[in-house]
Amino acid sequence: MGSNPLLKVQSAGIQFGGLKAVWDFNMEIHQGELVGLIGPNGAGKTTCFNLLTGVYVPTEGDISLEGQRLNGLAPYQVTRKGISRTFQNIRLFNELSVLDNVKVAYHSLAKHSIVSSIFRLPSHFSGEKEMEEKSIEFLKIFQLEPYLYEKAKNLPYGMQRRLEIARALAAGPKLLLLDEPAAGMNPQETHELMELIAFVREKFNLTILLIEHDMKLVMGICERIYVLDHGQLIADGTPNEIRNNPKVIEAYLGEEAAESHAESSPN
Amino acid sequence: MKKVKGFWIYVVLSVVIYGVVQLLINGGILNPFYANTLIFIGINIILAVSLHLVIGITGQFSIGHAGFLAVGAYISAIITMKFQLPFPLALLAGGIVAALAGLLVGIPSLRLKGDYLAIATLGFGEIIRIVFLNIDYVGGASGMQVTHLTTWTYTFICLFITITVITNFTNSRHGRACISVRENEIAADAMGINTTYYKVVAFALGSFFAGIAGGLFAHNFYIIQPGNFGFLKSFDILIFVVLGGLGSLSGSVIAAILLTVVSTFLQDYPETRMIIYSVVLVLVMLYRPQGLMGTREVTDLFGKWKGPKGGNSYGK
Ligand SMILES: Nc1ncnc2c1ncn2[C@@H]1O[C@H](COP(=O)(O)OP(=O)(O)OP(=O)(O)O)[C@@H](O)[C@H]1O
Ligand SMILES: [Mg+2]
Repeated sequence: MGSNPLLKVQSAGIQFGGLKAVWDFNMEIHQGELVGLIGPNGAGKTTCFNLLTGVYVPTEGDISLEGQRLNGLAPYQVTRKGISRTFQNIRLFNELSVLDNVKVAYHSLAKHSIVSSIFRLPSHFSGEKEMEEKSIEFLKIFQLEPYLYEKAKNLPYGMQRRLEIARALAAGPKLLLLDEPAAGMNPQETHELMELIAFVREKFNLTILLIEHDMKLVMGICERIYVLDHGQLIADGTPNEIRNNPKVIEAYLGEEAAESHAESSPN
Repeated sequence: MKKVKGFWIYVVLSVVIYGVVQLLINGGILNPFYANTLIFIGINIILAVSLHLVIGITGQFSIGHAGFLAVGAYISAIITMKFQLPFPLALLAGGIVAALAGLLVGIPSLRLKGDYLAIATLGFGEIIRIVFLNIDYVGGASGMQVTHLTTWTYTFICLFITITVITNFTNSRHGRACISVRENEIAADAMGINTTYYKVVAFALGSFFAGIAGGLFAHNFYIIQPGNFGFLKSFDILIFVVLGGLGSLSGSVIAAILLTVVSTFLQDYPETRMIIYSVVLVLVMLYRPQGLMGTREVTDLFGKWKGPKGGNSYGK
């Protein structure tokens, strides 16, 4: 791990009124890694994502991507710097078509101005055409092509999750944040999702940080794992180290480790 | 390519509507009362469509639209009456100043959401009215004399430009950005959309066309008074948009036509007018809470032109 990290978080934290939701949070993620962030309910995982993406401004500490400081940037600016995300509770543009959901993510890649759109100048047509072609190309990769003109809200749940990931990727991130992508999925869908994550990682040369409750999934695909409890990091390491870390077992894994062993052993 | 055809159908249809009405007026078949009603419908459509951009497309519940109508009305009246400059210039100036007023009101208030935004815009609308009420230069409460300059031709040209510009804006990456703000502001932000920018742009563009409508409105009467631009006027415009279906441009056009016709013919019975108005609204809320058109457009009803919303256009 000699090279400079892609993402570097130094003792970041945030308070809501008196409540310290997250504090002294340190994290380093290197290009190409797939890292997990786990912890019991209410541990502060989503809050960490909100800190990284500019939804919350950290009350302490530093966050930087490729050496550039991100603190204080608005979410849209953070996205343009190269971090995009999905949400724990899906947030699609429901009334828009699948195609248009992805086009929105391509927004800042196109350059035609408001004036050129209003007067339908050539740059409008070429810009819109390029967005459309790229978006369709993109949706093919995610096997969403048959649903291009379907409203996002009409897709089945699993496909909505897939579209949300596709949309986040269309924004062109260097680092992709996935907040419980497998939540609410059946085992078959979860399996497909894992394959999808592995696939896009390869294809887009991505770095991924993933929050997940499904231990089997996390232990199965993540190279490193950070564990958060009551707003504080209590451990980080390889899946094996985490599995055997007494602090983690005590704080969190206890029951679920047993569960995941039970799940994975017989069958 | 088929969308280009759609655009030409729209242009031809517009020319035909314009020409037929103009012929009827010239031939004396349409008496001045009906001609005036048509002009009034045109003005109301411009108002409805401009507010549709703010509420229906961008999802910002602004209810002070009459304030920008007032700005356009007074500025254009000043230009024609005090400076004796040509009417088209007055219309444009009214629109531009209204857009500036839109920026001034929009930049602070669009930080607010939901009810708070509604209250803030309502308040700003009233402030604008009261400012005019207290300026002696424009006649204060007794109002300002204005020459009758608005014709069917001016109205129709403005209407055509309004609808074309707003449709073109909506069916582009910029309009899509506005719709994404309406659909889910947090997600739009996370996708790299500068949400504040687009809210302000939509608001200023909506205010611009409200200002144009103001110019037509002022020069369609012989006098304008601050009382013409109270919050009841704002509600009238709001009702066009809600009744037509939030997010549907053709819905707000249809609603503006329907309600203008209803209220014109009930003009002499103001009490009955309010009752019928209320009954219409209650019926719509009961049977079509999504508005007359929902989020669909008239063009969706013709299978051929069917396409995804927000991203397609007749121009493409
Ligand atoms: N905007 C906020 N204002 C006040 N408290 C907040 C805010 N956002 C989060 N919190 C608090 O911070 C804590 C961490 O919440 P967070 O959503 O990050 O947990 P989580 O680890 O994602 O949990 P889950 O597994 O349930 O998703 C919770 O106690 C929550 O109530
Ligand atoms: Mg969470």
